[in-house]
Amino acid sequence: MKFAVIVFPGSNCDVDMYHAIADELGEEVEYVWHDEDDLDRFDAILLPGGFSYGDYLRSGAIARFSKVMAAVKKAAEAGKPVLGVCNGFQILLEAGLLPGAMRRNQGLKFICRPVQLAVENNETMFTSAYEKGEVITIPIAHGEGNYYCDEQTLERLVENKQIVFRYHGENPNGSLMDIAGIVNERGNVLGMMPHPERAVDALLGSADGLKLFRSIVNYWRETHVVTA
Amino acid sequence: MSLLLEPSAAMIKEQKLYREMGLTDEEFARIEAILGRLPNYTETGIFSVMWSEHCSYKNSKPVLKKFPTDGPHVLQGPGEGAGIVDIGDGLAVAFKIESHNHPSAIEPYQGAATGVGGIIRDVFSMGARPIALLNSLRFGELTSPRVKYLFEQVVAGIAGYGNCVGIPTVGGEVQFDPAYEGNPLVNAMCVGIIRHEDIQRGIATGVGNTVMYVGAKTGRDGIHGATFASEELSEQSEAKRPAVQVGDPFMEKLLLEACLEAVKSDALVGIQDMGAAGLTSSSAEMASKGGFGIEMNLDLVPQREAGMTPYEMMLSESQERMLLVVKQGREDEIAAIFAKYGLEAKAIGKVTDDKMLRLLFRGEVAAEIPVDALAKDAPVYYKPSKEPAYYREFQMMAPYIPVIEDYNATLLGLLAQPTIASKEWVYDQYDYMVRTNTVVAPGSDAAVVRIRGTNKALALTTDCNSRYLYLDPEVGGKIAVAEAARNVVCSGAKPLAITDCLNFGSPEKPEIFWQLEKAVDGMSEACRALGTPVVSGNVSLYNETNGVAVYPTPVVGMVGLIEDLSHITTQTFKQAGDLIYVIGEAKPEFGGSELQKWLEGYIFGKAPELDLAVEARRQRQLMAAIRAGVVASAHDVAEGGLAVALAECLMGALGLGAKVTIGGDLVSELFSETQSRFVVSVKKEQKEAFEQLVEAKQIGEVTGDGILTVNGGQGETIIRLSVDEMRNVWKGAIPCLLKSKD
Repeated sequence: MKFAVIVFPGSNCDVDMYHAIADELGEEVEYVWHDEDDLDRFDAILLPGGFSYGDYLRSGAIARFSKVMAAVKKAAEAGKPVLGVCNGFQILLEAGLLPGAMRRNQGLKFICRPVQLAVENNETMFTSAYEKGEVITIPIAHGEGNYYCDEQTLERLVENKQIVFRYHGENPNGSLMDIAGIVNERGNVLGMMPHPERAVDALLGSADGLKLFRSIVNYWRETHVVTA
Repeated sequence: MSLLLEPSAAMIKEQKLYREMGLTDEEFARIEAILGRLPNYTETGIFSVMWSEHCSYKNSKPVLKKFPTDGPHVLQGPGEGAGIVDIGDGLAVAFKIESHNHPSAIEPYQGAATGVGGIIRDVFSMGARPIALLNSLRFGELTSPRVKYLFEQVVAGIAGYGNCVGIPTVGGEVQFDPAYEGNPLVNAMCVGIIRHEDIQRGIATGVGNTVMYVGAKTGRDGIHGATFASEELSEQSEAKRPAVQVGDPFMEKLLLEACLEAVKSDALVGIQDMGAAGLTSSSAEMASKGGFGIEMNLDLVPQREAGMTPYEMMLSESQERMLLVVKQGREDEIAAIFAKYGLEAKAIGKVTDDKMLRLLFRGEVAAEIPVDALAKDAPVYYKPSKEPAYYREFQMMAPYIPVIEDYNATLLGLLAQPTIASKEWVYDQYDYMVRTNTVVAPGSDAAVVRIRGTNKALALTTDCNSRYLYLDPEVGGKIAVAEAARNVVCSGAKPLAITDCLNFGSPEKPEIFWQLEKAVDGMSEACRALGTPVVSGNVSLYNETNGVAVYPTPVVGMVGLIEDLSHITTQTFKQAGDLIYVIGEAKPEFGGSELQKWLEGYIFGKAPELDLAVEARRQRQLMAAIRAGVVASAHDVAEGGLAVALAECLMGALGLGAKVTIGGDLVSELFSETQSRFVVSVKKEQKEAFEQLVEAKQIGEVTGDGILTVNGGQGETIIRLSVDEMRNVWKGAIPCLLKSKD
């Protein structure tokens, strides 16, 4: 299985995503610079965290116009797994691949710390290796992670089980319904503020994020065994 | 100021306009003699910034020479962007600390942010990949609205810049004391990793080679920043806000990635950050070091504003700019690397053989100065030094022994002192995990960052207890280095080397110069005793407000090497039943202590003593025990003494407590700040192995009851506090002070 890590000018968690896949997951992975327009050779697309284009104007607002985003949309439409973490999530929202928007954290400060998440939906291609309701520890590091959407959208998110991760215990940023991560209706595009790629090695405090990446690989294996 | 309005050379001399730029009459006469003519306005400006203390170290150079700077592992000592130390496997660590005090006093967010930006460029200009940031901050008491504003904005500025560039801020220290009320200290340290063969130097060589400019355009910001940094703050300082630059961390990130790609090319000859005194210092220093000259056509300098004069361009401190020297004919290769990141590398000049800095502007020579006169031959002053009266008084005082009635309340009170209290409010705002190598996060003795691809890690810390330095700069200087080493050793590392940031008052005052001399003497002695040479550093003098100097504050940034990831140790107690030991005995030493400051409102008397031979021996023993795998946790005893150290060992240990028995003089045993002491916990089954390696006294056990119990020699209970209560006080103190409206 081959992963793409999209690199925008200002991305800075690209290295972490790369090493999580290459070193901990042991799968193939390649950096893809923002001006490429073809992602057909990849089986899954990862949009890393950071400050794309300095996050000037609004987080993710400029990155969504990058050349590579057309190819990301195409991959999403083809049903490939697309994961956006932190700034990657913000870009997916700006690009319209996921519904809703981000506001500044309720406390108006950047927050970096490990938080607890509850796995709300373990029936996605990103979460099948978790138990439903499992509480996991994953770090956050963001200034704008306060997820918001209108009421109808929220109803749909709930109905379709699109809310995948919720903050457990304390909500660090004030997000609606403690939302930490959501998928699109089809279930192949996941955006989340917490950083699973920072939780793949117990030496650094938690390896709870590894199951997310394993789920993606499991999904890919299953679907490719069927088609083979 | 437009070109037409610039004063003539004659006016500069007659009206002594050079004085406004910080040059003395003698210095101006010297410039006249060097040039053999009167300098024009641009040249006067160039001399004034290059001969400022900030760029030339003219007042501190004779003192800095005392530092030991050599060692078998030192690959690059002071004088370049950063010092470099070998760590084996063909790898080396590059690091430096620098001050941004004056800008932060005037415009705290941007002052702190650009301080971080500057130190990052210093490290990647050596060719090193920055892997960690630290900082050392000093503010007045958190009770005044102005101090709260400075503190909040400085932290936000550090976070805003470091988080965006994507370099984790892994550690640091914050101290609060009225001595810093008007003049906060903001020191930033950057640490990078480099392969030996990639080491770059800021040097211009090879006649005809091309001088290229990369990064942000030059604007009118930060003009005379270096001169501003070399004078005392006063009521008029607010008017110098334009001398503070504005940072763009996104540009820095692009520049960082592009430069690290460029250093892999053999087309690159030299590279240097345009830091203080921007285009002037980078060009003059690179030429002087290389033994060549540089000629630049200022019409080609990328400019943000129209109508900039040579004076403005040469003195601008616009951020995120680098100067490169590239082999003639290979400019396109370098330009292509920068183009990938949307940056233009622009040829603006060439290397010459005449050792002159020559600036062309609109077809004419705008300035022509021998480069050595600006760099290595800048003036050096031997300032008079005088022992201050207060020092003599302090030395004569009878020892101060506090009277304690309620030990529980005393410990809780100490935990709530902002200097001791948890700094979670601060480091929560720093992305300390990005690059996923941070093994020990902020809050332990030293931060630990693993080196990917090896089984090694680095332990990093910044330390300086300036109260001891105020009472006795020589002893305090020793303690600053020794404490940094203690923190590094507690983390499982061997101390390698230090970088220092010498924050002092005005060197024009003999009493201040005496503090500087004595502090450097003490630090040098400790560096020799502990085998940690000084490989880089920065001097920040004139830290005074309305004539009152800050405490002498030579901040020590230390790097230690952890040879094996299994040696990584933290201060937190690990499990109930582990034995608790103390290394080192307590003496009744309370001068400059947290307890004295809290109870009396000010500090006085003698600083704690330090025996460097004892210090070195204890550090060696503890290191040996950690390497042998018989230490569960290790923590140094610092501000607040043993009682605070024990509490700190419990803060991160959910559900655990400790029960210890203390004999002797209880106040000293619990709260004195006697040096060279550690609290260590050891698994029961490793008791004998530990005791064979370390001279230590067992005082109790880790318990599972979540309570800290301290008993006296007769079995009486002296302290009994729940860890939850201590943790609430300790964590709540700073947020509570910030919220209070008093």
